[in-house]
Amino acid sequence: MSFKDPHLKLGIKTGLPIALSYFPIAIAFGALANQAQLTWLEGVMMSCLVYAGASQFVSVSLLLAGTGYLQIVTTTLILNLRHLIMSLVVNDQMRDFSPAWKSGLSFFITDETFALVTLGNGKNINQTTPMFLAGLMVTAYLGWVSGTLVGGLGASFIPVQITTAMTVGLYGLFIGLLVPSARKSRSFALIAVLSMIINWGLGHWLDRGWTIVIATMSAAGVGIFIREGEE
Amino acid sequence: MKIPLLILGMALVTYLPRLLPAIFLDRFRFPAWFKTWLKSIPYAALGALIFPGVLLVDQDQPLVGLLGGLAALGLSLLDLHITLVMVGSICTVLLLQFFLF
Repeated sequence: MSFKDPHLKLGIKTGLPIALSYFPIAIAFGALANQAQLTWLEGVMMSCLVYAGASQFVSVSLLLAGTGYLQIVTTTLILNLRHLIMSLVVNDQMRDFSPAWKSGLSFFITDETFALVTLGNGKNINQTTPMFLAGLMVTAYLGWVSGTLVGGLGASFIPVQITTAMTVGLYGLFIGLLVPSARKSRSFALIAVLSMIINWGLGHWLDRGWTIVIATMSAAGVGIFIREGEE
Repeated sequence: MKIPLLILGMALVTYLPRLLPAIFLDRFRFPAWFKTWLKSIPYAALGALIFPGVLLVDQDQPLVGLLGGLAALGLSLLDLHITLVMVGSICTVLLLQFFLF
């Protein structure tokens, strides 16, 4: 392995926009963790070991509210269940990889890396090789972990406007990946819109962790029927 | 208070869903409908991730997320590189916050 590996290099380059967006959001997380009486080391440890942004913000907020550990872990599980479905798709793309690569790379599956790996084909992603994925995923990871360190050490104040803008930037990533791919196929576009509607509808009754899982599985399930005969 | 214990618990329940497909996917041969389902998942997942979440970025002002999202939509219809779409939506929101909200 060397940094001259073209796959690795391209992977790092591809992951850089995610890392740059993660960084300020992670600073905000590090600062919030401090408020919840976590040391900077504990904040960084959480980012290193859990590495799931939304659930980390939620867990720290729950800590601040005095919620019990068991409930926090349960909430984390539900909030991150969606990664199971995402990992199914990513691992389907990694079928030729060794078991060690698969288990290792799967740790780094987030909403954003999943989106880029699955729908960034063609213009944004050229190949799926272990080194390419490693470059992409570790780059994003380092953005998240280093941001947490900066936020935790500085207890620094990142203006909320910056965090908001970067979070919208991550939605920009989703939209910018979904739209060109969905334009090529009417049924895929329909599946995406259907999933939005289901997710929004269920949101009136269920927590976000569940709604995303159910909307994704059922809208993709409808895809089985409407895509029959295509291809 | 044993924060490291909490972190380990969270790490475990977060890695497990990510890991399971890496271990078990190989052991099954999937029927055709399952493959179609898998192919549809990225579109369904991104749909669910985008909406209505994008409206909740700024809890007090759903317009911020909406306009940022619409900027991304417009830019991605122009077939721009993903980085430009992201930068466009970020700048839109920064400008909105600076001048309006």
